[in-house]
Amino acid sequence: MPETLRLALAIAGKDIRAELRSRTALVSAVVFAALVLVVFNFARDPTALSAVDLAPSVLWVTFALAAMVALNRAFTVEREHGALDGLLLAPLPRSALFAGKLLANLAFVGTVEAVTLPLFILFFNVDLRAALPGIIGVTALATVGFVSVGTIFSAMAVRTRFAELMLPVLLLPFMVPPLIGAVQVTARLLAGRPLSEMLGWLRLLALYDVVFVTLCTMVFPAVVDE
Amino acid sequence: MPSYDGAADPAAPLLEARGLCRSFGRVRVLHGIDLTLAPGEALAVAGPNGAGKSTLLRLLAGLLRPTAGEVRVLGRALHGGDAEARRAIGLLSHQSLLYDDLTLVENLTFAARLYGLPRPAAAARAALEAAGLGERSESSPPRLSRGLLQRAAITRALLHRPRVLLLDEPFTALDAAAAARLRQMLRERLTEGLGMVIVTHHLAEVWEIATRVLVMVNGRWVSDQARTGSLEEFLPRYRAWIDA
Repeated sequence: MPETLRLALAIAGKDIRAELRSRTALVSAVVFAALVLVVFNFARDPTALSAVDLAPSVLWVTFALAAMVALNRAFTVEREHGALDGLLLAPLPRSALFAGKLLANLAFVGTVEAVTLPLFILFFNVDLRAALPGIIGVTALATVGFVSVGTIFSAMAVRTRFAELMLPVLLLPFMVPPLIGAVQVTARLLAGRPLSEMLGWLRLLALYDVVFVTLCTMVFPAVVDE
Repeated sequence: MPSYDGAADPAAPLLEARGLCRSFGRVRVLHGIDLTLAPGEALAVAGPNGAGKSTLLRLLAGLLRPTAGEVRVLGRALHGGDAEARRAIGLLSHQSLLYDDLTLVENLTFAARLYGLPRPAAAARAALEAAGLGERSESSPPRLSRGLLQRAAITRALLHRPRVLLLDEPFTALDAAAAARLRQMLRERLTEGLGMVIVTHHLAEVWEIATRVLVMVNGRWVSDQARTGSLEEFLPRYRAWIDA
């Protein structure tokens, strides 16, 4: 196994083990997602707008806000007792640290999304059976991009006095492109439209992933090193 | 367990700092600091609060970038992106570097993985046993007393057998028995060829270990001399330097 991958897996494994023990971020994010769904469900006028028309936006706003809660924890756990110093002292390439944090964040956000999706079906009574594989695919594609950006902004925000406030301020503008793409693809999937109508958006999501995963990996050392 | 021996230049000192300067905004904290550490040397760095001792230690650990000057570890530039240069360093800072949600053995196993030690879990358990923390290996840091936590932090700093040990107030919160044990362990490591820089306010705690005593005031060395004689003879001069 390449050394960078071994180190990245060690860091991700540590984060997942610590989170499974405390469950702080996961439980908070899932409860937050459920609350968002409840609010949207009761705020909607079913005679004015059908659930299927509203569903893509609600699903992605819920995913985005819940992901923000989960991403906040990525580097706040490293702030306790100077643990980040321990990581920066170790002879690991910064790319391994970024990859480890990215993997752990993908696991957290993926778990939150996996729990949120059934809640969404429950609240909005949307039949996703036909569209489910496509929705899982577009969720994975969009999540990689914004979690990558979220990981680097989490590392940046943790050095500020108001980390919890800074992360949404920094991240939300960068979440707009993948969210728009994901909403458009989800709407077409729910409407049973052909793949050809989604290809442009899927390309945008894939391009966003490639550009931002690469860019974030390159920029990360400058963010964590003083 | 073998200690790290990845020297770029076998004749190079363990640690070498040349012309180190560091500013925070417009405030200059360190002014052209030079320092050399040879195997078996223990530098006691003393000085008043705000003298720049902890900043110096963070620069020597590679956690801060100098505004000017450079640090070399076994001949390798520390701030040039060479990850291997960091392998030779062990740091005990004011903080434990341990995760609250992991047990001690999990914390040390993770650290062992970061340093690529063979059989990390076994290495972690052996280190905890050697530090007298074997019975507490399944405890998490919040369940430990301040003294036990300090011992765990020291164990983590020494886990990968660093060649250079940077210690910031290592005797904080240790009781007399634990402090004596730490002193003994540090002496043993010195005889094995390890070098250490010990930052302290309390020279009495490190006087017997130190081979050189350096005094820093306002980010400059005001004294750098071999430790000779007794602490009682040295203290009047020390007070004069820091009161000047």
